[in-house]
Amino acid sequence: MAAPFSERNPDILWSLTKAHFSYNDTPVLHDITLDLRHGRCTGILGPNGSGKTTLLDLLAGLQTLRSGTIEFQGRPLVSWPKKHLARLLALVPQDFMVRFGFSVREVVEMGLHPHLHRFATLSRSDRDLIDQALIATGIAALADRPVTQLSGGEKQRVAVARALAQRPMVLLLDEATSNLDIHHSLELLRLIRDRFEQQMMQVVAVMHDLNLAASFCDHLIFLKEGRVVCQGPTEEVLTPATISAVYGVEAEVTASAFTNCRQVSFRLPVSH
Amino acid sequence: MNRRTASVWVLPLSAVLVFGVALSATLGYLDVSIPDVFTILFAKLRGQGMPTGIDPVAATVVADVRMPRILAAVLVGGLLGVSGAVFQAILLNPLADSYTLGISTGAAFGASLVIVLQIFGLALPPGVTIPIFAFGGGIGTLAVVLFLAAGDRRLSSTSLILAGVIVAAILSAAIGFLKFLADEHVGLIIFWLMGSLAGASWANILLLTPVALLGTLVIVFYSRDLNIMATGDRAATSLGVNTVRLRLVLLAVATLMTALAVSVSGIIGFVGLIVPHMLRHLSGPDNRTLIPLSFFTGGLLLLVADTLTRAVLPVEVPIGVLTALLGGPFFCFLFKKRQRDGSTVF
Repeated sequence: MAAPFSERNPDILWSLTKAHFSYNDTPVLHDITLDLRHGRCTGILGPNGSGKTTLLDLLAGLQTLRSGTIEFQGRPLVSWPKKHLARLLALVPQDFMVRFGFSVREVVEMGLHPHLHRFATLSRSDRDLIDQALIATGIAALADRPVTQLSGGEKQRVAVARALAQRPMVLLLDEATSNLDIHHSLELLRLIRDRFEQQMMQVVAVMHDLNLAASFCDHLIFLKEGRVVCQGPTEEVLTPATISAVYGVEAEVTASAFTNCRQVSFRLPVSH
Repeated sequence: MNRRTASVWVLPLSAVLVFGVALSATLGYLDVSIPDVFTILFAKLRGQGMPTGIDPVAATVVADVRMPRILAAVLVGGLLGVSGAVFQAILLNPLADSYTLGISTGAAFGASLVIVLQIFGLALPPGVTIPIFAFGGGIGTLAVVLFLAAGDRRLSSTSLILAGVIVAAILSAAIGFLKFLADEHVGLIIFWLMGSLAGASWANILLLTPVALLGTLVIVFYSRDLNIMATGDRAATSLGVNTVRLRLVLLAVATLMTALAVSVSGIIGFVGLIVPHMLRHLSGPDNRTLIPLSFFTGGLLLLVADTLTRAVLPVEVPIGVLTALLGGPFFCFLFKKRQRDGSTVF
């Protein structure tokens, strides 16, 4: 299934070299050279408009570079058949919108699309897979409700359930928890983290909340104005210096015994 | 609703449709019994002479006058129903139909143009030229709309609808100008625009049948992709759906189906809008069931409407007027009922 491993490092999922991207004439990402490795929960952070979502779209193959290269598992991403890519990569978008009143089960079932032949009917194991995804995300009770009637948080869990049913190698999260309350955010991230630790499902997550990122990600990439400011293991790069450079705020980073991970507090810099 | 329940529905619906066709064939100025209708049709199909006891006039009326018109009603209704379902699914809008992209208006413009040219002395057989120009008008309009919407490279539903509305507005004005040019012959245009199945022939049936079958098959083939499109472009692309190609292929097929239907019957509104809309409430939005059901329901609906105007009403009301007069209030009723039920989502 995977591309032949040649001289490349099998630990590297994506490899970007001098990647440039622009929407029409507006440059969004400049000169990105980056490796995303296997075995890490990677977080992409940065201020609004820094190119986080665009970077995720490039990794997912939803956008194509203007110049530079991007390889996935040692093979140029553009040369991967879309259907094949859809069996390996699942995306959870920020605002999961569904037009028309499809039931929750029908939407989760769509996750099987890249694995099924066109006129295939669902097998026993397919249905089990859907049930598991519904249970794991806590929406089994909503299975027959139209998605259009759900709350924002419930819809977001439907999107995650669909991505789980897709059985991806890598889960791509685009601010997947930004519309959820803290309880549901933590629950969803714990669920994904469990999949990462137990089933080696790789995770790349665009995140907004630094504290959630600190508790969820092993590795952070900081973007600002379309460039990588710094990247590395969370405990090394999540520092007041980085946060000040990227967001322009003063920060204090402490190791919290309560959450057992790093916590960040902020304030605006005192002027003059 | 899964695919099994869909196939459960198809059989009784086909039976109702066959019965409806037979019943409709008995109605009209001349009374023919249902058994006689079947006898006449079987005799015709096997190419035999009429058995004794069958009035030869009745045989001619049923086989050569009523049957083509009845089948045309079923096929045109089915084509409009299916293409309406596709336009709604692609444009992510439950109120879309072939008017939204200006395709029906384009077909009407093509037909009006020929009528005016004939008034000014163009000598072509109208029975052939009007359908050809109507068809060309519909396809041409899609081409212009696609050209206008292609600027964002993704053919998003917003750009398609916007381009469609603009083109339709221009074409409406152009039809108005043609009516003005037609002067005292304007009735010819107006009559065509109001739709009629009275002129349907066996040749029309031979043209409509393969397009209806093949078109519906192509759309059913892509129906799972069409479902996924309802969750947004980005999500659909990440599931391996080639959204741009899907839109192009299905818009082309649905336009072909609409343009052909319009070229045979003139403009018949509301069927393409109301049939898929109503079915979505009854059996769910899954296009794998919605598309086949739209064909049967659209066919049945237009058959009822055409039989009404042909055999029941004292005067023949133009079919397009009848569908709008019946469909419009029904749509209002549905709309208010949905509001009362507390759902603002269509």
